[in-house]
Amino acid sequence: MDSIIEGFNRAFLLIFNLDAELLSIIFLSLRVSGTALLIVSIMGIPISALISLKKFPAKGLFISVMNTLMGLPPVVVGLFVYIMLSRSGPIGFMGLLYTPSAMIIAQTILAFPIVVSLCHSAIVSVNPIIKQASMTLGATPLQTSVTIIKEARYGIMSGMIAAFGRVMAEVGAILIVGGNIAGYTRVMTTTIALETDKGNFELAIALGIILLTISLAINSALHFVQRKGARPVNR
Amino acid sequence: MSLRLNISDVWKSYDGKPVLNACSFSFDRNGVYVLTGSNGSGKSTLLRICALIESPDKGEVNYFSGNNIISKDTGLRRRITLVLPGIGLFNATVFNNTAYGLKIRGNKSNEIERNVNEALKFVGLLHKKNHNALTLSSGETQRLGIARAMVIGPEMLFLDEPTASIDNENTQIVEDIILNMKKEDKSKIIIATHDMMQAERLADFLLVMKEGKISKV
Repeated sequence: MDSIIEGFNRAFLLIFNLDAELLSIIFLSLRVSGTALLIVSIMGIPISALISLKKFPAKGLFISVMNTLMGLPPVVVGLFVYIMLSRSGPIGFMGLLYTPSAMIIAQTILAFPIVVSLCHSAIVSVNPIIKQASMTLGATPLQTSVTIIKEARYGIMSGMIAAFGRVMAEVGAILIVGGNIAGYTRVMTTTIALETDKGNFELAIALGIILLTISLAINSALHFVQRKGARPVNR
Repeated sequence: MSLRLNISDVWKSYDGKPVLNACSFSFDRNGVYVLTGSNGSGKSTLLRICALIESPDKGEVNYFSGNNIISKDTGLRRRITLVLPGIGLFNATVFNNTAYGLKIRGNKSNEIERNVNEALKFVGLLHKKNHNALTLSSGETQRLGIARAMVIGPEMLFLDEPTASIDNENTQIVEDIILNMKKEDKSKIIIATHDMMQAERLADFLLVMKEGKISKV
């Protein structure tokens, strides 16, 4: 019990002293997850708009697959990316294994179905009258699509925040493809796993506190966006 | 050249149930046309087909400028507009809702500002221009729907049941707005309503719809 209390005391000291190792781990986590989210947003939002607003063969199947992949086990993604990036893999020549880029690829794969599914739900939830109103006011099909996406903006933001929360807390995939190399690919979750294994609780606890704080901030942002996006009802 | 609309032998059915049956009419002259008739007589369907939101199963809907038929493209759709019964306000301010039609036409911002302010003043909503449009009352929503349509200066304005869900006071305001637009004589106004008294108050041309066709003029 004493060692745990001592661990907490040291953890708070690390946080308040802005320990350099702690900060570099936090920044790397934010950089990897932030980049993955950016890539997913650039690819995922247009794709979700396309599957929401256009008709094409096997559309239902595609949506079902995306919904299923939302629960994709991170270790499976880690294994898949590892096979792809390993020396004998199809893109092994790029030498990305055990780099932050490999971690970004893994997190992008994990976040993609979340963003596509949640953004698709948000876009198809927009009242059909919005499309009609836009058309009656002279909008082109593209302008109408943009209007519908704008109406779904709060739902889309919720999807992105949910995806960010998921990849920030993820450990399995990035541990496999990043290798948990100190000062290079070691992020918050992998450090917690490693330090706990070693019995060094202080850094693990400090990172745990910070991860929880980030998680709280993400959920607060999600709650705020969802409240702001709720259509006023005083009519 | 003034825009004219001719519908000829238009048929429309939903799930096998006929709504319009060989409906024909020409909207040639300027003024207010009021379509009346009981619920289900086909008023709203006819307006939606005229406003090019829906296509007929059979028949012709043609717009003319002089004797020339105008192709049904975005250019034509920007010369006409329909105010839907539910309006369909965007989750944005009253100003941005009103400015929508002008923004998508690429108008300049100072021009948009001036025209939107004028339109909002016309319908008595200028003081609410920075409010979220979804916080407006039903009557204000109808007025905003009209402002949003009139700001784009349509040559043909379709209003589907513009006072169906609002109180007497707001009905009076909306009717006054329509009568003021009529005085300005900038567009043909085609209104669908089941309120016969209102039809008589507003109409230059009173049309009665029955069983999917205009039966009396």
